[in-house]
Amino acid sequence: MEIGLTHYLIVSAILFALGLYGIVSRKHAVMVLMGLELILNAANINFIAFARYGGMNIDGQIAAIFVIILAAAEAAVALAILLNIYQHFKHVNVDEVKEMKE
Amino acid sequence: MTDISQFTGELLKSMGLFLPETTLIITFLVAIMADLISGKKHFAGYVVMAGLLVTAFFLMRQTGIESASFAGLLVIDPFGQFIKFIVLITTLLVIMFSFISKELHHSHAKLGEYYILMTGMVIGMFLLASSANLIMIYIAIETMSISSYILAGYTKEVKRSTEASLKYVIFGAVSSGIMLYGMSILFGLTGSLSLLEINTFLMNNSVESITLLLSGIMILAGFGYKISAVPFHFWTPDVYEGSPITITALLSVASKAAGFAVILRFFKVVFSAGLGSENVAWSIIGSIDWHFVIAVLAVLTMTLGNLVALWQTNMKRMLAYSSIAHAGYMLMAVAVLDNTGVAAVLIYFFMYMIMNLGAFLVVQLVADKLDSESIDIFNGLGYRSPLIAAVFTLFLISLTGLPPTAGFIGKLYVFSSVVNAGYLWLAVIGVLNSVISLYYYVRVIRNMYLRDIESTQPKLTFSVSALALVMLLAIPTLILGLYFSPVIEWANASIAIFTGH
Repeated sequence: MEIGLTHYLIVSAILFALGLYGIVSRKHAVMVLMGLELILNAANINFIAFARYGGMNIDGQIAAIFVIILAAAEAAVALAILLNIYQHFKHVNVDEVKEMKE
Repeated sequence: MTDISQFTGELLKSMGLFLPETTLIITFLVAIMADLISGKKHFAGYVVMAGLLVTAFFLMRQTGIESASFAGLLVIDPFGQFIKFIVLITTLLVIMFSFISKELHHSHAKLGEYYILMTGMVIGMFLLASSANLIMIYIAIETMSISSYILAGYTKEVKRSTEASLKYVIFGAVSSGIMLYGMSILFGLTGSLSLLEINTFLMNNSVESITLLLSGIMILAGFGYKISAVPFHFWTPDVYEGSPITITALLSVASKAAGFAVILRFFKVVFSAGLGSENVAWSIIGSIDWHFVIAVLAVLTMTLGNLVALWQTNMKRMLAYSSIAHAGYMLMAVAVLDNTGVAAVLIYFFMYMIMNLGAFLVVQLVADKLDSESIDIFNGLGYRSPLIAAVFTLFLISLTGLPPTAGFIGKLYVFSSVVNAGYLWLAVIGVLNSVISLYYYVRVIRNMYLRDIESTQPKLTFSVSALALVMLLAIPTLILGLYFSPVIEWANASIAIFTGH
């Protein structure tokens, strides 16, 4: 069987769904961030697969490179914030960080 | 070798058009150096202010230019210029607020990083106001977001502030991730990242409308997050309450302005047919009723914002819900998707900038004096500090949208653009919402004047610079309610969104 565009799109859709599920269901903040990485990489797979199979120019690959860089920058900032959360709350459980109420 | 010379020529022209952003980047670097050398607390702040003024000068020189730069990644047009001016004015005012803020001064010997990160945010907002490419939009959103995540938690010894930055970073990263996935689908559908080329493709080919709707809504999630539209608003109350007040003010005006800029540009450039024509109304491509999608968002946003604001006990939180409601009013004008709608959004934004920054400044001054942000601290303010109470009354009346204030003119133009386009039901809901908002704004005014129990408490005195800054915002709020034609003319001259023709 030839591996084609559809296969890549299915993989990326599964990754996206898993990422979203992880973000919604996990309590540990690092796990939430990992779910986020899955979403970003699902988008990357889309970009590259479309660029490769859609007969488009190099735009897709370039986009993926930028996304990888930005994801790293964002993760660095998010982890620094988590460190600060840990110093205040002694845990990084997103459900239990609720000083402010409605 | 004509290709190379043509290429370098284009690049040089683009660099010329990129002068305001270049100035900001140089300001960013100079501010880092200045902060290292100088021992003064606010030195970097003065450097950034000077840099922003130079940026304003270069931005002024771009008046009337409509052009693409950097191979269509960025575009220069009057619309973007208006939004950039709003961002610049807001940032300049917020830097001045920071000079007199007590909250920021608690534990920091120097505020260098604070001003430097603010410059980083301004660079992101400038890029967002002029991006015309999906990846450029993503990069610009991340540039402004990453700086603002840190700024939201800048007072890191305060527990609430840390929590605010956590919520901001998680919600922000998730919504921009969803937006990116939507962009990748749109890229797959149309084969291009450039908004103009996507438009050309949609004009000449028919695409699966369900997929297009899905990717459009995913992209709208990222934009909606920036302007805190319901149902992407969850972060707003907590982040606004937890962040330093100066940052709350910046987020509620400048980053919203950039968000509205990208929404309007996206819908105008991607989804309207016949881009070259001078039609006032944009005819939308395809069978999807984007008017209705945005109108529903607008109704949800303003209704939820106003209803939840009713029972808030923290002043910043109340203003957070009020700013959600204001985003809803502006979304009504966006839903019209025509040039009068764009003009109405710009007019409203100018008025909103002045009155909202004014309200936040008063809250900052009073909260710094009394070490609390509860609504109750305003009880009896009419006796404790008559001038500040009078000015705050003016800002609240303006936020409600009653004459003779700037807020009334903004609402007038938004509602008239909605009615002109035939969305009477939308305008009715908007007016009903304004009536609801009257309740929670007037409640504060009543507490300031009609609770004489507190009138025995000592008077509050404010520094001259604080009073001068308050008057700088209060006087325009009143004047623009009576003499507003310059703003209207400027906004009407700024509706041109570059479409490549």
